[in-house]
Amino acid sequence: MNEVPKRSFVQRIHLKLIIWLGLFIGLVYWTASLTGVNLVMFFENFDQFTALLDKMARPDWSYTQLVINPILQTVQMALIGTTIGTLIAIPFSVLAARNIVKNPFIRTIIRFILNLVRTLPDLMLAALFVAIVGIGPIAGVFTLAVFSFGMISKLFYEAIETIDEGPLEALQATGANRSQVVIFAVIPQVFNYFISYFLYTFEINVRASTVLGYLGAGGIGVYLQRSLNEFAYDKTAIIILAILVVVLIIDTISNTMRERLL
Amino acid sequence: MKSATLTTNHLPKQKQLKWGFWFLIIAILFGWAFAGVPFHGFQNSAAEISKSIMYGIFHPDWAYVYDGSGEDLVGLTLQTLAMAFLGTFISALLSVPFAFWAARKGSQRIHLRSTSGKVVLTLIRTFPEIVLAIMFIKAVGPGSFAGVLAVSVHSIGMLGKLFSESIENMDGGPGEALTSAGGNHAQTLTFATLPTVIPEFLSYTLYRFEIAVRSASILGMVGAGGIGTPLLFAIQTRSWSRVGIILLGIIVTVTLIDFVSGSIRKRLV
Repeated sequence: MNEVPKRSFVQRIHLKLIIWLGLFIGLVYWTASLTGVNLVMFFENFDQFTALLDKMARPDWSYTQLVINPILQTVQMALIGTTIGTLIAIPFSVLAARNIVKNPFIRTIIRFILNLVRTLPDLMLAALFVAIVGIGPIAGVFTLAVFSFGMISKLFYEAIETIDEGPLEALQATGANRSQVVIFAVIPQVFNYFISYFLYTFEINVRASTVLGYLGAGGIGVYLQRSLNEFAYDKTAIIILAILVVVLIIDTISNTMRERLL
Repeated sequence: MKSATLTTNHLPKQKQLKWGFWFLIIAILFGWAFAGVPFHGFQNSAAEISKSIMYGIFHPDWAYVYDGSGEDLVGLTLQTLAMAFLGTFISALLSVPFAFWAARKGSQRIHLRSTSGKVVLTLIRTFPEIVLAIMFIKAVGPGSFAGVLAVSVHSIGMLGKLFSESIENMDGGPGEALTSAGGNHAQTLTFATLPTVIPEFLSYTLYRFEIAVRSASILGMVGAGGIGTPLLFAIQTRSWSRVGIILLGIIVTVTLIDFVSGSIRKRLV
């Protein structure tokens, strides 16, 4: 009466699972040999790593005063960079939104450009901009502007695509042109989302901007690189602590504001 | 003109004050920010270099794609992917205990175990990845192994957080069913908790792999292996057609990985 359903041979020995597992282990082994993983060396030299951590555990508190200005500059860079990126992103996100631009050709081209911009990592942009505009915080501002442009335009056009169509149709029915529809029907609906995404991108940019200086793009990263080159790990520790404090403060402020907005 | 004054008068006084206040704050913030980033114009060669970069991107050095030495674009891109893959794999394994440490059950705001776990994860997340890479280079020498280690430690910060959130939001039913049938802790873990959360864990790991590919491609700039080293070298020696081909390589790789990983993730969750 109560028969237990029979499983086929392949199911019984979990053939699929075994094949996937085998492939996966092979892949791990192959990548390990490709990257030159050497566990013996790792464990033999591990005391060097702990010695380094030990040096960092005794920070040079007198260095704190010197760090304050560059870390503030990092925040300033992030603020300007995010703002420029956002301003450029707004027209692009309108053009990439499905419900505003009905022409699929324009939309595809704009989205293709946005996808290209988003593939470039931040430090790579920093290296390019340092080569173009020279060493200094301006290179950092450009890097962050391009970096946040890619990110924010995607968030923005996705926000625009979720809006209520009613006000748009109402304006069109009264004879409003395209730009009037955007200004009076689209922007009021997405304004809070825009501010929230702006703050979110700003948070990410503050984190990113702390290392840009490593390649000469201004801010705290310059000091980070200097301390690491001088093997002054007690100073490195202060810089990392300063970054941590600033990131936590910015995150808290931005999170509270975003919670209130949405 | 008249209508404009009328409308502003219709705004309640409090609202006017509120808008004025925010406007003032924003103006002060931007004034402060612009004061801190001095602008002395670009260096004279800026336009010329941008032109050269554009030229390089449209006339890439195709000979660099593959020359059989292993130090070419294909070889180093594979190495970059291998760093990201292995680093993310190790990190996913290491993140599981962190996730159980940081996950909170119940509704109290401060919980000693979970709060301490969350603080540790935040610390790991904020610690810059390139500093980690430099520290590991000190221990194991320059090369992609240091990059693998940097990726595996840094990714714990984000994976641990995402994993712990999916444990917190997990359906408690299967676990309770096993407990009521007399299952002990280890049995609940292996037969109820893990099967429930593993698809989400896999999906987050894939997502983190996408990010790791991007970061592995720049770790080489500090000497931790992968495509970043020749890129920085090409920028510094102003060989723009070499820069162009490497940029193209990175764009193609990242796009491809995002596409593949995205379609797998859609099937998982």
